[in-house]
Amino acid sequence: MTAAGRPGIGWWLLILPALLLLLVFYIGPILQVLAISVTEPEPGLGNYERIFTSESVQRVIITTLRICLITTVLALLLGYGIAYTITLASPRAKGWWILAVLVPLWISVLVRAFAWVTLLRRQGLVNNTLINAGVITEPLPLVWNEFGIIVGMVHYMVPFAVLPMLASMREIDPRLLAAARGLGASRGQVFRQVFLPLSKPGILAACVLVFIFSLGFYITPAILGGGKTLMVAEWISLQILDLIRWGLGTMMATMLIFAIIATLVVFSRIVDLRRIFGSGA
Amino acid sequence: MSAAGHALALRGLTKRYGDFTAVDDVSLEVAQGEFLTLLGPSGSGKTTILMAVAGFVAPSAGSILLDGREITPLPPEKRNFGMVFQGYALFPHMTVAENVAFPLRVRGLSRADRDTKVRAALDLVQLGTFADRLPKQLSGGQQQRVALARALVFDPNLLLLDEPLSALDKKLRAELQEELKALHRRVGRTFINVTHDQEEALSLSDRIAILNHGKLIQSGAPGTLYEAPRTRFVADFLGKSNFLEGTVQGADADGFVLAAGPDRLRVRLPAGSAVPAEGSRRLLSLRPEKISLLSDGEAADNTVDGRILAWSYLGAGFALRVATPSLGEIRAVLPAWQAAIAPAEGLPVRLGWSADAAVPVEDDAP
Repeated sequence: MTAAGRPGIGWWLLILPALLLLLVFYIGPILQVLAISVTEPEPGLGNYERIFTSESVQRVIITTLRICLITTVLALLLGYGIAYTITLASPRAKGWWILAVLVPLWISVLVRAFAWVTLLRRQGLVNNTLINAGVITEPLPLVWNEFGIIVGMVHYMVPFAVLPMLASMREIDPRLLAAARGLGASRGQVFRQVFLPLSKPGILAACVLVFIFSLGFYITPAILGGGKTLMVAEWISLQILDLIRWGLGTMMATMLIFAIIATLVVFSRIVDLRRIFGSGA
Repeated sequence: MSAAGHALALRGLTKRYGDFTAVDDVSLEVAQGEFLTLLGPSGSGKTTILMAVAGFVAPSAGSILLDGREITPLPPEKRNFGMVFQGYALFPHMTVAENVAFPLRVRGLSRADRDTKVRAALDLVQLGTFADRLPKQLSGGQQQRVALARALVFDPNLLLLDEPLSALDKKLRAELQEELKALHRRVGRTFINVTHDQEEALSLSDRIAILNHGKLIQSGAPGTLYEAPRTRFVADFLGKSNFLEGTVQGADADGFVLAAGPDRLRVRLPAGSAVPAEGSRRLLSLRPEKISLLSDGEAADNTVDGRILAWSYLGAGFALRVATPSLGEIRAVLPAWQAAIAPAEGLPVRLGWSADAAVPVEDDAP
């Protein structure tokens, strides 16, 4: 009863459980979030109007975008350096480097955030060392502000920047680099004209990954921001859990989802996302 | 393109990796405008020598001289050598024209100068119409020609070729061999080619240097190496050969007789070659195509009786494996049009060859 090449009803039955699971536990709640954002406290687009009228909403959005951009840039720069070093390292050193990149990933984000607090607080290791060395007289405000958030987020994001870039650098044929030098290019020219352009897919993949990840960051900004610098995720939790303003919270959650989709759409115009994330042919 | 070849000299070049000696005290001269091929099996050190000349491998000892000037410590980008890599190493993110322009761009040439030279170089390899394609849109042979254009566009002192034809199929390889040879004649530059393909070496080169286990075994014109191999390795690697061993008897300036079991083989020496000592053990190399099949009553300097063990038809001729009672198995290649018999297994035959067909070689077999 199936036409040639068209999947039959049996095929649909096979993926039905997965489809139902997605529908009930994933798409359903998201639609509900969308629905709440246009019905609470009263039906209409009142919550979305706040984006244009409320200064505090605008501040949260701008702070989030600023922190995410700075985090992405720093994580990409650091990550590129690390990935480049790993690519050029001897096979033995490579293993240790990759381990050093992966170990932070296996440590709880909570532990890492508190570790940064201990290092950066007023009587923390960094301030104490600088004061004892006579560099400063007053402790520097290193935590419970944007600086602290960025330090913690960059630290968390660097492995996510390294891994896609490392994968794309691995695909670069080392003979191309030798060929470029043989043709008269200096080390700098080889890097700028051959290595950098060939590692571009990895940079873009890392960029998408780190930026989208940063947008919804919760624990690190909550702990290292000390409640003074609010990012979107913490703001949403504050609206819903503390102020019981479901409408505003869900509006921001919807905006977050749209921001992520928009980022993916923009990048998919520039590059083949399926290729850089390693699926498809 | 202006034609001015440069001369290269290797003096005692040695490269060690830990305990392993990849290149062992190799000294070699390459004349201006010469096409030299480094030929050897894998692991013979030929690629290491090329990489040392290119500047990618730092020699452990010895020196490399260009026109008598020491270049050993120079980094690759300062040597101004063109190189065609194995697998071509074309930049995948650049078009054909950008690939060819790359060496000019890194030398800071103006856009107009670059365009003129790139066009000339692409015309030289007949790829003028492919300038805007990406390397992956070209066939293997076309990619190879782009690599050649890229290696020649900046008037290099030398052109280094690392197994340039190994990735191509047999027919295309033959075609490109001729093109490469014609290109060499046209640009008049010094070419150094690395290959393990003896046919390629014979047909392309002005001179061949044969390497084994990091040592230079023999160098010379293809014909010299083929006709007068110095050692068993050279005779065996460059073409096929029969090896006959025996004791020297009755040696004089003209030649000697080699006693191999009951057989007495007469060997005529080329003028001026050293006469082997009476009673010493010597090895002869005898090319299969220099053996003929004798009909009844026909005479030759050397004859031996045997039986056909196996044979195969090659189109242009027959290849025979003949079992002889005293000399072991002998391989012979006969032109088909000359073969007086229809070969068959077990058929008794009489083989003959002239006194100057077999040449004495050193036995360097492991």
